[in-house]
Amino acid sequence: MATAKTFRVLPGFGLTLGYTLVYLSLIVLIPLAAVFIKATSLSFADFWQTVTDPQVVSSYRVTFLTSLAAAAINVIFGLLLAWSLVRYEFWGKRVVDALIDLPFALPTAVAGITLSALYAKNGWIGSLLAPLGIKVAFTPLGILVALTFIGLPFVVRTIQPVLQELSLEFEEAATTLGANRWQASRYVVLPALLPAIITGFTLAFARAVGEYGSVVFIAGNIPMVSEITPLLIITRLEQFDVAGATAIAVVMLVVSFILLLVINVLQHWASSQGSRLKEGKAA
Amino acid sequence: MSAADTIKVYHSAERYEKNPATREPRWVKYTILSMALGFFGLFLLLPLFAVFTEALRKGFSVYVAAITHPDTLSAIRLTLLASFIALPLNIVFGVAAAWCISKFNFRGKQLLITLIDLPFSVSPVVAGLMYVLVFGIHGWFGSWLADHGIKVIFAVPSIILATTFVTFPFVARELIPLMEAQGTDAEEAAISLGATGWQTFWHVTLPNIKWGLLYGAILCNARAMGEFGAVSVVSGHLRGQTTTLPLHVEILYNEYQFAAAFAVASLLALLALVTLALKLYAERHLS
Repeated sequence: MATAKTFRVLPGFGLTLGYTLVYLSLIVLIPLAAVFIKATSLSFADFWQTVTDPQVVSSYRVTFLTSLAAAAINVIFGLLLAWSLVRYEFWGKRVVDALIDLPFALPTAVAGITLSALYAKNGWIGSLLAPLGIKVAFTPLGILVALTFIGLPFVVRTIQPVLQELSLEFEEAATTLGANRWQASRYVVLPALLPAIITGFTLAFARAVGEYGSVVFIAGNIPMVSEITPLLIITRLEQFDVAGATAIAVVMLVVSFILLLVINVLQHWASSQGSRLKEGKAA
Repeated sequence: MSAADTIKVYHSAERYEKNPATREPRWVKYTILSMALGFFGLFLLLPLFAVFTEALRKGFSVYVAAITHPDTLSAIRLTLLASFIALPLNIVFGVAAAWCISKFNFRGKQLLITLIDLPFSVSPVVAGLMYVLVFGIHGWFGSWLADHGIKVIFAVPSIILATTFVTFPFVARELIPLMEAQGTDAEEAAISLGATGWQTFWHVTLPNIKWGLLYGAILCNARAMGEFGAVSVVSGHLRGQTTTLPLHVEILYNEYQFAAAFAVASLLALLALVTLALKLYAERHLS
């Protein structure tokens, strides 16, 4: 077989690839490189001191733990929602299905002020929790609420199509072999969904780590308690400490790139697993 | 999340509820449903209602006053301007990128796709910082720009740049899987029948991808108008000059003008609802 290069029938390859590369470089690659180049103006000792400052380390912990917890909550309820949308008929299903994407469409600042109004101690939910001694707004719990809100569609929209496409034959076979409903779900359906569940978890987690808009309003931003890492970058910039902001940004970028790599591998795994178990392909 | 992944083919759930192998006892169904819908109500529905309730809390006249205030109007203008520039730029890019990636084979294609997705992985705050490092006073072009009296950071150009960055992948990542699935047969036929490249694109490719293009453009627009973090870093928050709608919401909120903040926020919430409706409409045509 001749290579595509020899028999390129369609025109426009050079033009479109060239334009893509130039535009990509101008908008994305060169500005990203600026972060790493700026960071090299710091000595390693200064860099290390900035990124291991106790306040910064505490912000990593807050960001990481709340993102992890939010992604875990989303896996549980995202799975239940995906299951309900695929497996059950109920009134209002289409509306629920459409509104799952609300966190993608609603600007994060709007989510932020709304959630803090709801969970403040005089808010609809906050006033119910206050007598129980639970404070949500302006504590790390508030960050958790905001990150749960923005992460939900990632989990539902990763699991839902896989569940939709999953062949019924597996559960039928399990039932024929004597499995009850719980066993068939636990030992047949759940393993088939596992790649999608893990991918959804990682997508929600990755989004949560970088999130800013929905969090700043509800977090209270108390140093060492409820400050997230992106906020510290802004604080450094406001203090004209551009080098400090850049050093923290480098740490965030490295984490993002690692997560992107993990997500790419997971999605590859999920799609190969998914196509193996699809309707009509079950052997 | 591309449309190709999320297209919902509406088989009714009846095939599960009627099949003895997948039928579940009623109590199981209602327990799972109530947990799922309870969570949905608490985390999605309630905030949506709260935006509008808070916006109208002080009455309709306060609401109207807030959204017709000159600062709000100028924020609306800037938001529209940023989106009207970022959107066409990213549409042209998305079509060009999808054309070379889906219709041709070349080395490094997978890497290119990953690089196109990169802006989704970068925290919006870091995105804003990048442009400060390039165009800010102490940045690469800072002194040159200052000498020539051009303001980029804390001015409109950087808001447009930051908006373009955060919405960069939307159109491309919708079109790439769609055009890859469609292959090259139709285009090759057109070319061999004597059509020019431009005619082929306009009359053969575009009609096939228009719903995917619309889908990507809708998501791109929603994000462009709603972006907060990246724009916040580069805007300088000059009231009535460099504040977009989400930044204006923040300013009002921080000044304890809650009803006004929620009134402006309700405009963005309406935009979100329109976005979801249009997205549903595009999805129907895609499947």
